[in-house]
Amino acid sequence: MDPPMDFQVVVLAGGTSDKLSPLVSKELPKALLPVANKPLLSYPLELLEASNLKNIIVVVEGDEAATQVESWLSVAYMDRLNVEVVKTPGDVGTVGAIRAVAPFLISTDILIVSGDLVSDISPGAIAATHRRHGAAVTALFCPAPVSGGADSSTSGGKDKAKKPSRCNIVGLDPTRQFLLHVVSGAKVEKDIHIQKRIVRAVGQMEIRSDFMDAHVYAFKRTVLLDVLEKENLYSIKQDVLPYLVRTQLRSEISAKKENSADESSNGATKELPSEDININSAVPSNQNLRWLSQHREIAPSSYQEIHISDCDMNKSRLAKKTHKCCIYLSGKTQYCARLNSVQAFGDINRDMLGEASRITGYTFSAQNNVVHPTVVQGAKTTAGGQCIIAEGTILGDKCSVKRSVIGRHCRIGSNVKIVNSIVMNHITIEDNCTIQGSVISSNVQIQERASLKDCQVGAGYVITAGSEYKSEPLTKR
Amino acid sequence: MAQKKGGKSAASDDPEELARTPLQAVLLADTFNLKFRPITLERPKVLLPLVNTPMIDYTLAWLESVGVEEVFLFCCAHAEQVKEYIGNSHWGQSHAGFSITTIESNFSMSAGDALRFIEGKNVIRGDFILITGDTISNMSLTEALQAHKDRRKKDPDTVMTMFVKRSKPMPLTHQTRLGNDEIMMAIDPETKQLLYYEDRFDCSKRAVTLDKSLLADNASLYLRTDLEDCCIDICSPEVLTIFLDNFDYQHLRRHFVKGLLHDDIMGKKIYTHEIDSSYTARVDNYRSYDTISKDIIQRWSFPLVPDVLYAGNRAQMRLQREGIYKAPDVTLSPSVRIGAFTAIGSGTIIGENSSVSNSVIGELCTIGRNVSIDGCYIWDSVTIEDGCRLSHSIVCDGVHLHTGATLEPGVILSFKVEVGQNITVPAYSKVSLLPQPSKQDSDEELEYADTNSGIIDSPSIASISPANIEHDHVSSFDTEQSVLLEGGLSGVGYIWTSCETGNEEEWRYSVAPIPVEKLKEFYAKMFDEDESSSDGEQTGITHSGELISESKSTDFDDSDGEYKGDVSKFEKEVEETFERALGGVAEENVQLEINSLRMSFNVTHAECAGAVFQSVIKSAIIASNSSKSNLLKATIDAIERSKGLLSYFITNVDEEIEVILKFEEMCMEITREFAPIFSSVLHQLYDKEVITEDAILKWESEKADADESDKVFVKQSEAFLKVFSHLNFSTGVSVLQRLYGAMTSLKLL
Repeated sequence: MDPPMDFQVVVLAGGTSDKLSPLVSKELPKALLPVANKPLLSYPLELLEASNLKNIIVVVEGDEAATQVESWLSVAYMDRLNVEVVKTPGDVGTVGAIRAVAPFLISTDILIVSGDLVSDISPGAIAATHRRHGAAVTALFCPAPVSGGADSSTSGGKDKAKKPSRCNIVGLDPTRQFLLHVVSGAKVEKDIHIQKRIVRAVGQMEIRSDFMDAHVYAFKRTVLLDVLEKENLYSIKQDVLPYLVRTQLRSEISAKKENSADESSNGATKELPSEDININSAVPSNQNLRWLSQHREIAPSSYQEIHISDCDMNKSRLAKKTHKCCIYLSGKTQYCARLNSVQAFGDINRDMLGEASRITGYTFSAQNNVVHPTVVQGAKTTAGGQCIIAEGTILGDKCSVKRSVIGRHCRIGSNVKIVNSIVMNHITIEDNCTIQGSVISSNVQIQERASLKDCQVGAGYVITAGSEYKSEPLTKR
Repeated sequence: MAQKKGGKSAASDDPEELARTPLQAVLLADTFNLKFRPITLERPKVLLPLVNTPMIDYTLAWLESVGVEEVFLFCCAHAEQVKEYIGNSHWGQSHAGFSITTIESNFSMSAGDALRFIEGKNVIRGDFILITGDTISNMSLTEALQAHKDRRKKDPDTVMTMFVKRSKPMPLTHQTRLGNDEIMMAIDPETKQLLYYEDRFDCSKRAVTLDKSLLADNASLYLRTDLEDCCIDICSPEVLTIFLDNFDYQHLRRHFVKGLLHDDIMGKKIYTHEIDSSYTARVDNYRSYDTISKDIIQRWSFPLVPDVLYAGNRAQMRLQREGIYKAPDVTLSPSVRIGAFTAIGSGTIIGENSSVSNSVIGELCTIGRNVSIDGCYIWDSVTIEDGCRLSHSIVCDGVHLHTGATLEPGVILSFKVEVGQNITVPAYSKVSLLPQPSKQDSDEELEYADTNSGIIDSPSIASISPANIEHDHVSSFDTEQSVLLEGGLSGVGYIWTSCETGNEEEWRYSVAPIPVEKLKEFYAKMFDEDESSSDGEQTGITHSGELISESKSTDFDDSDGEYKGDVSKFEKEVEETFERALGGVAEENVQLEINSLRMSFNVTHAECAGAVFQSVIKSAIIASNSSKSNLLKATIDAIERSKGLLSYFITNVDEEIEVILKFEEMCMEITREFAPIFSSVLHQLYDKEVITEDAILKWESEKADADESDKVFVKQSEAFLKVFSHLNFSTGVSVLQRLYGAMTSLKLL
């Protein structure tokens, strides 16, 4: 089937991330990590489906992970999405992942979505913005979570000791449509250098350090493929995007691309001559400039001036090319988070129960919780607000569950307290256990009178009777 | 006025303000720069007429309109003239809206000095407005003043509110309109605090560097190049104290503002206030003089326009159709054509068939027949005889243009200059009766000093015959090519060479409209360095097309460049030291010196050894007097002489190899004359025990894999090596094995 927009989506689902250990393992790749009892990957996929973006390639790191993701996808999205799974070896970076799927990319624009995105921002809107501007790249940025949110916690303790770490530094034009400058991640610790030319071109550049790169990018395919030819690229966020942003006023891509476009228009693509110009990333500079001048309100004339002076001076050098780097800023009310750390896992699950419950797709009951009808609750057992308890779980007497997620087919004994925790599937918790602020992976057995506080327990772990743990990751050796 | 009262009373609600201080202003009647030379040699800039009214009148009128009650007029250069003017004008009278006090200092060389001097006078009691006497404005102050006071209440570290104005969006017009430099500011969007200020925007630097702490403290900021500095500030009394404490602060922006922002020692804060609709501009150079005059004629500065603001004692000009201002007693011949946007002062007479357009003509001028004046500023009592053609020039008081004289665009004729018959004054010339002061005085901060020294006797200059003047004065101001205007008998005046900006930049600051080519050039330049930078390191794309992240690449390239520079610099230093050693410095001292050099340049031992050896060889070249026959002998001598030094620095095999490699490199590049005697020298080095057989063999085996071209010297030394390895047969199997290995690898290749 043909999607309404000629967009292909690449979902980078990752593999078994170290950052998420002990939660993910060979048996449970990151993509299938349950978030509010749904596999993580289902969130971006649902989001894409909602925007009618159904042409999806999922890139998974590692063979085993790929097989698992593929089998899950074939069951869950069989007739809904046109999904293909491509596997890559581990540790090739996001660029490596894109390189792996490059042969499959055929549509005009490519949307790259991180597989760990939990959000309600419409990718369709990003795609539309991208199209509307005819941009080379459009990136989604969202306001960074205020209190040590997902992204800042990944940068590790080193940054935290210092000043409040800033996730990214972005430069925007006054209309907040164009991305003029970007420094990301680890590089922020240094002084920042901003090209004067680009400030000059817009007159006024807004520099923000409180936006987070949500890892959703729309690329022109030609641009993307062109950039991929370059060496030493590893990450889209840290290499490709900054490169494109940096060179937007003298696009090297365009110059190159035009040649290839000439070749191609001489050759095979003669049957679609009008399309060719549109598809081509290298809009000849005058067209692009005219376009820019309409949209860059502040300094329209300067763009034209570049062009005029170029023509007038008749220099032999190539006319300056530009490409547009746009930004899609999410609203403050929209939810956007990336599950890229254990901390983020906890946060997102909690958000799913609270402020962002709309994303889960569950209908919360009057008690503000979701308890599957097949759940068996013993006497005097209460499931408080902001809880999700999935099918087949059996709770004993006098249990109390608050602000927690409990997966499928768990057996929970009597007098167990589960507060602010995530309990995945097939877990046995014996009597008189207390679990607070912890994450319990699947198939864990917790014997009676155990007490866990702020722990992450890896799959299959057995917690012996009466043991107490505090703030520890626990994994099976 | 009512407005201002409102603002006042609101401010005085505050109990601290109960002892109400009158709003004070410090008006600097000296700009401490040379941009209006040579005119400012004879008259202070603030008294120069702008559409027939001295500039200071505009400033004072604005101060009056915003409710300033006390003005401290700081005069420096030509203080007498300023005082006299104020005394005679209505500003000095009691019915003026404020009291005006002149403060005179003869020692101040800069705005910083001036403020320090004012601090010493102890007259400033509260917030004051700091303005220069060449600023034209019609903005309202109430809001900004209130905002400033509120901020002060919250945060006593607020010391200044700067007025900024959104400039023309296009960088080209923005910079060429007033001839300003581009300014880059970083402003906090919420508080409007100024976080970064960079003027004299250096085009060679392509990137602006913001300190990381800026962003750590502020989640967002605006980086703007589309602002103009209005040069009007609301200052707290602390500003004076800061100037006093930092006695090296001279320039208000370059030192004070930057010092406060960048040093960050004092924690003082500067805020900005952006004005949008009102007019503010500063007459900074001839270009802005032209632009602002036109703005005034076109009434952008209303109510400060010629038919409202006039303090002279002659008839006032009236506005007529097409933006023509004309005093009632102007005598125009019926055939005179007056173009739009022209002002003609009282008592001026214009003869038949003359045409005037886009110009300002002062009072009591006499203009003859068939004269054409376009875009000129003609001040008072100027006589222009028949048939003169003037375009885009400034003609000061008392100038006399004889019949048929022509002024090309950009000409400045200072007071009482005479231009002879049919003389053409070339474009951008500046002509004055006073000779140009010698160059060393023209340091920007020193205007005051040389304005005084500049006014030297020569009232009778016109009476001296041209040849004499040339002889007397040109010789005394020899460096300047001050030539007397050739112009028959009646021409009088020196042509000044442009001193500070140089001819290339002249067009930017001149009254003349900027030629189209220059504009293009300027524009191209502005964006061309970007173009050239596209290959540069900072773009992150190197020639090979690989991508390096921006920060990484800069760091890398920087260090690399430094490193290379250092080694060659180090070699040079070593060479110099070595030369001194030949001059008879004790060997230990040389060793010590070279060692310390090695450490300070942070080079390796091997590199150091190479450098020492290079110095030895170079000394040999000098000793040989560049005759080839002597070369070998000289080299042997040199090696013999420096044996101790060499053996001190050449201690192990690696260093020895480095020396051989260095020698090889030298033979190929710098000192080709050694090439034929390479093997002999090598032999010598071996004989003198500078280099051991191990090193030589290693060198040879290292070279085994090299290109043919690299092996020239190995081949040359083949005989020696053979003998040598033969002699040292006993050195062990290992060497032979190595040799054998080298040979087999050669075969394999």
